[in-house]
Amino acid sequence: MRPVYAISGGVSKFAKTRPDKNYQAVIKEAYDYAIDDLGLSFPAFTDNVDGSVASYFSDHFSRQLMAAIMAQDYLGLCPKPSHRVEGGGATGGLCFQEAWKSIASGHMDVVVAYGFETMSHVETWKGNEFIALASDVSFDYPVGGFYSGYYAMMVTRHMKEFGTTVEQMAHVSVKNHLNAFHNPYAQKRNRYTVQDVRDATMVAWPLTRLDICVMSDGAAATVLASEEGIRRLEKAGAKIPHPLVKVTGIGRGTDAMRMSDRPHVDYDNFIQNYATQQEKDSQETMKYYKELWDHGTRYPGIHSFRAGRTAGNMAYKHAAIQDPLTELDFIELHDAYTSSEIQTYEDLGLCRYGEGGPFAASGKAFLPNIEYGLDLTDEPICPVNPSGGLIACGHPVGATGLMQAVFAIWQLQGSIDKHFEDKTLQIKDARKGAIHSHAGTGTYVTVSVLEKE
Amino acid sequence: MAKIPKKQLESLGGTIVHNLPFPLDTSPEALAWLKKMAPIQIEQPYSIVYLHSYAQDSPWFAGLTNKKILANRDPETGYTYATPRGHDMYTGDETDWIDITERKAAVHAFTVCHFGSESFLEETPYVLVLVEFEGVDTLLLSRLTGIDPEQANLDWIGMELKPQFLRNSKLKPTDVYFIPA
Repeated sequence: MRPVYAISGGVSKFAKTRPDKNYQAVIKEAYDYAIDDLGLSFPAFTDNVDGSVASYFSDHFSRQLMAAIMAQDYLGLCPKPSHRVEGGGATGGLCFQEAWKSIASGHMDVVVAYGFETMSHVETWKGNEFIALASDVSFDYPVGGFYSGYYAMMVTRHMKEFGTTVEQMAHVSVKNHLNAFHNPYAQKRNRYTVQDVRDATMVAWPLTRLDICVMSDGAAATVLASEEGIRRLEKAGAKIPHPLVKVTGIGRGTDAMRMSDRPHVDYDNFIQNYATQQEKDSQETMKYYKELWDHGTRYPGIHSFRAGRTAGNMAYKHAAIQDPLTELDFIELHDAYTSSEIQTYEDLGLCRYGEGGPFAASGKAFLPNIEYGLDLTDEPICPVNPSGGLIACGHPVGATGLMQAVFAIWQLQGSIDKHFEDKTLQIKDARKGAIHSHAGTGTYVTVSVLEKE
Repeated sequence: MAKIPKKQLESLGGTIVHNLPFPLDTSPEALAWLKKMAPIQIEQPYSIVYLHSYAQDSPWFAGLTNKKILANRDPETGYTYATPRGHDMYTGDETDWIDITERKAAVHAFTVCHFGSESFLEETPYVLVLVEFEGVDTLLLSRLTGIDPEQANLDWIGMELKPQFLRNSKLKPTDVYFIPA
């Protein structure tokens, strides 16, 4: 496979509603920003891009079948090749990886990946119904289909199994909202306390409104290129920041749509098929896991995302990462719920299974230069969701995974100050980061590693 | 103390409008002004009735109508699914039906939904549970009643349950629900 570089990106303002523009024009905001950041004119970019991949989750929200082709023509990309990808909340991450494939395979040299969602076209509770239709319509949805309820069930099991607390979850909300305070693209830029999170309206016990991301309208776009593509763009006048940002790790995983169908495997099966190499190499960790299993833990059950662990292991192997906590300078991960951020810490090997709660409250995933008003025990090691994540930025589903890619590109290019007009969120000397995109209760998960050359 | 709402509830519907403000002439100045117009938003109703088949899972619903909880079992390995599944995911073999109505059941995980999808909003707060059955490898999503939803706590996990069946079947998975044993 050929080297692939993520060279540019753009994000529209994420908002509760964008009635001022149709979805094609909102995508164009992000698309134009990405082109402008390359220093190219619209026609010059059109002349040099080989094709595109489009990302959006729900035909129900848009009430427009084949919406992607209408974006393709609005962007002036016809008759170049394109296709739409869909995989629930992971749609954006899948889109990014499809664009990577087109280049890595040698099929194309310059590809733009764009995504959007317009969730404001229906009322909030109808929107929740549309999202819940991404659960089994024979056995799950009719029982009381509600995604916040599904994730709440997962976390009650996590709490029971591992002792995770609602206060630990609230630390994630405080962190991500406060990070977003410095991100002008974020939908919610608020300063909260742990008590604020717990006092917020209960949605699905124990998750309150501040444990859960909001619905959004928005779009994002990224441009990926091969070495040949970069030469071609630079010949056309593009100003691409060097050193380049290279995509060095790609991983994906899946799990059963119905949480009820997921396996509960024994210790040997877990170690053989799911433990990270780092976990296998540690006698102390093996002993820790043996004790967990002796007390009744089984994997993944409903407390863990097997797809996330599979995607992480695959991406780390591809990128030759042994210890993600110390080797990654940041992670933008799918925090639709504070609980799922904690579960994902474990899946991605930032801590061991069962230790996500204490990890969330430790400070290891916080930024070093922000005063969170929390009593954190540890120094930051690997900031998670420095942008504010989905909880604060919003979650226009098809755009979200691409938004993560854009923020990661800017972190690695060292250009956060330029794009945010605020350098607070710029991670010093960021060289390697990961983006993690996740669909309904962990059905599809993607992990991509980006690295400054 | 109950929280005092700070916002009026939003809803669609409203006044029928038959004309909108528009410049009285189409001079260049007037047309340029159109770019400063607020967007027009209309309602587009959409509804559809699907003819949905339960297909190979149909006997499970017939079982509930007759106060039986069926499960699927792999004929060779005995791996058993509480939620129907026509083929085993490990052997690929077609599964058989077994009756698990009398098996011990317990709460594996739960939540109390204080909000929900539009279809279920009127039923809030309702309790969702994933039920584990003795000797069954997978779980079943169901409702738990007979318990105060305002008293949610982790001790509910592990609580023994017994099934209840609607007398007038709706041919939905909610034809069975659970109460504390």
